[in-house]
Amino acid sequence: MMRWPGFSVARWWSIVLKEFLQLRRDRITFGMIVGLPIVQLALFGFAINTDPRHLSTAVIAAEHSEFTRSYLAALRNSDYFDIVATLPDEAAGRQALAQGRVQFVINIPAGFTRKLLRGERPALLVEADATDPAATGMALGALNLIAQSAMRKDLTGPLARLQAGPAAYDITVHRLYNAEGNTQYNVVPGLMGVILTMTMVMMTGLAMTRERERGTMENLLATPVRPIEVMTGKIIPYVAIGLIQASIILLAARFVFHVPFMGSIAAIYIAALLFIAANLTVGITLSSLAQNQLQAMQLTMFYFLPNLLLSGFMFPFRGMPQWAQFIGNLLPLTHFNRLIRGILLKGSGLAELWPSLWPLLLFTCVVMTVAVKFYRRTLD
Amino acid sequence: MSDSGYAIDVHGLNKHFGSKHVVKDLSLQVRKGEIFGFLGPNGSGKTTSIRMMCGLLTPDSGTGQCLGYELVRDADAIKRNVGYMTQKFSYWDDLTIRENLDFVARIYQMPNRREVVDRTLENLGLTTRASQLTGSLSGGWKQRLALAACMLHEPQLLLLDEPTAGVDPSARRDFWEELHRLAARGISVLVSTHYMDEAERCHKLAYIAYGQLLAQGTAAEVIAGQALSTWAISGDNLSSLSQALHGLPGVAQTVVFGGALHVSGNDDALLETTLREAIAGKPLQMTRVATGLEDVFIYMMNRSSDNFGPPP
Ligand SMILES: Nc1ncnc2c1ncn2[C@@H]1O[C@H](COP(=O)(O)OP(=O)(O)O)[C@@H](O)[C@H]1O
Ligand SMILES: [Mg+2]
Repeated sequence: MMRWPGFSVARWWSIVLKEFLQLRRDRITFGMIVGLPIVQLALFGFAINTDPRHLSTAVIAAEHSEFTRSYLAALRNSDYFDIVATLPDEAAGRQALAQGRVQFVINIPAGFTRKLLRGERPALLVEADATDPAATGMALGALNLIAQSAMRKDLTGPLARLQAGPAAYDITVHRLYNAEGNTQYNVVPGLMGVILTMTMVMMTGLAMTRERERGTMENLLATPVRPIEVMTGKIIPYVAIGLIQASIILLAARFVFHVPFMGSIAAIYIAALLFIAANLTVGITLSSLAQNQLQAMQLTMFYFLPNLLLSGFMFPFRGMPQWAQFIGNLLPLTHFNRLIRGILLKGSGLAELWPSLWPLLLFTCVVMTVAVKFYRRTLD
Repeated sequence: MSDSGYAIDVHGLNKHFGSKHVVKDLSLQVRKGEIFGFLGPNGSGKTTSIRMMCGLLTPDSGTGQCLGYELVRDADAIKRNVGYMTQKFSYWDDLTIRENLDFVARIYQMPNRREVVDRTLENLGLTTRASQLTGSLSGGWKQRLALAACMLHEPQLLLLDEPTAGVDPSARRDFWEELHRLAARGISVLVSTHYMDEAERCHKLAYIAYGQLLAQGTAAEVIAGQALSTWAISGDNLSSLSQALHGLPGVAQTVVFGGALHVSGNDDALLETTLREAIAGKPLQMTRVATGLEDVFIYMMNRSSDNFGPPP
């Protein structure tokens, strides 16, 4: 057997085997593995409607005139749009959308003002990341109203005749990634992360406290087994469970909710595996902090809530206040949501996924270190 | 590993839980191949002391060695070489008997794992029930399994915390015979117990009350150490006599033993005078008896509760 200071594969494997055996006999846990995803899918599969505001928007302005200025001012005043960037061209706009830096790109083409004054009804191009239709739907609806009010203010004097119509120009909207605006396309992949967070953290959260409450911890501590062996050995079976759950949800996404699978299955499983690892380390840490199973459950909820609320699952990420986005960026679910939506709906590859992959890796390493640090080697 | 001839050699161990001083300046020596009985009332700190010796609790102060390994510093080596049987059954109820033994064999990296597990099952007489869930075993069987499991890795030192609590007398007899066989092979045993008859089967004894070690040595040494003389009084109405004797000159304690009242004291002459006066004219007989372990333990416990214990 392989050996190096502090870690014995044989001892580690004895823990893994023991956990598998115990898990196999634990009917309730087994029920949870299959039941929880199904119940949650049924509950959350319905749309969660929101009316988000302050969505980040980039502008490509090929010309600057009084009209474009007042139009942009009207956008800002509407509360729906926050203009965060001015981009040089369409390629830059597409990239910003793909990376999720902005939700909208508003493109004012050259000659817009001239055409407007001639009454040629020029087109204003709006590209929207419709991955999350809840996030974009209301804002897109507001676009026309904003256009009308902006025109009314500016078209005075001899130009007042242009006010007559509904608007003096057209707004062309391109919904990217989820053209039909199907909410389930967004919610169902998001649900994968939510379910995995809940079950992974909860089940491993109980792993150590269960030993402590049953008195078997004393036995374990009296053996030469090391913290790192116990911790990693205990989470291995849950990695398998996490992958089973992910598969159940993916099957439902594909065949029940007809979510498009733009990216590769391998990418999905890599993202899922990393995310599962991140959550398991959280669970095992909580469980060495908790004194008993009840405390472990409370800590799990304490961890779960911000994940649910601030990860962009419940409310569109860009619509949240800065402080909430800051916290959200520290949570694994936020990054997993970006990964899974990116892979499924945008067909993103490694390059686009990397900004969300490394935070998960870093999170896992940091939390595992904390877990081993907090493992109590004695009964003190 | 230093070779002091001691399997356990600890000095001045202290342990507090919050403001509670649970083990006070414990010093204890157990020779190799010795069966050492650890006695004391409930809550006196036996379990806590044993846990400090096998590295499950960190002493607040004090030093010591187990099998030549330094406490705390060499906790890993101690854990590899010591067999510890917890007071409360601590194997996994949701594993089968074989799985539990197999787990232990793996975690100690036994080279001949299968063979060891099979042999243990056979010695226990559990071969046919090997795939039964451990949780379904009766208390006595769990006790035997736990003992077998903590000896699986062939430790040189056994720390057994009340291994026979709740076990029937014949199983207890078998158990003690096994302990003596192990000791004959040079294995050292520290065993905590409540039973007086078991105390007499140990090579050496220590008595602890309220965290304080009150006596240590062979049974004869422990008895001699208290310098008590004891008289047995038999007849009727012993309980009223017992009350009447309380506080009289020379009387340290009275204990009812079956049909007789044991009265002990430190001043033999004074005690005899007092007793003769007390039973004069009553239909009672008094005879001098050898002071027993139980008399001494009760004496020590009462005295320690006066000195160290909580107010009665
Ligand atoms: N983990 C602990 N936390 C607080 N108090 C404890 C703990 N373990 C034991 N005690 C207390 O220490 C005292 C000694 O307990 P213990 O060592 O179990 O005694 P014994 O084994 O002789 O019955 C008891 O009063 C007990 O309540
Ligand atoms: Mg005890």
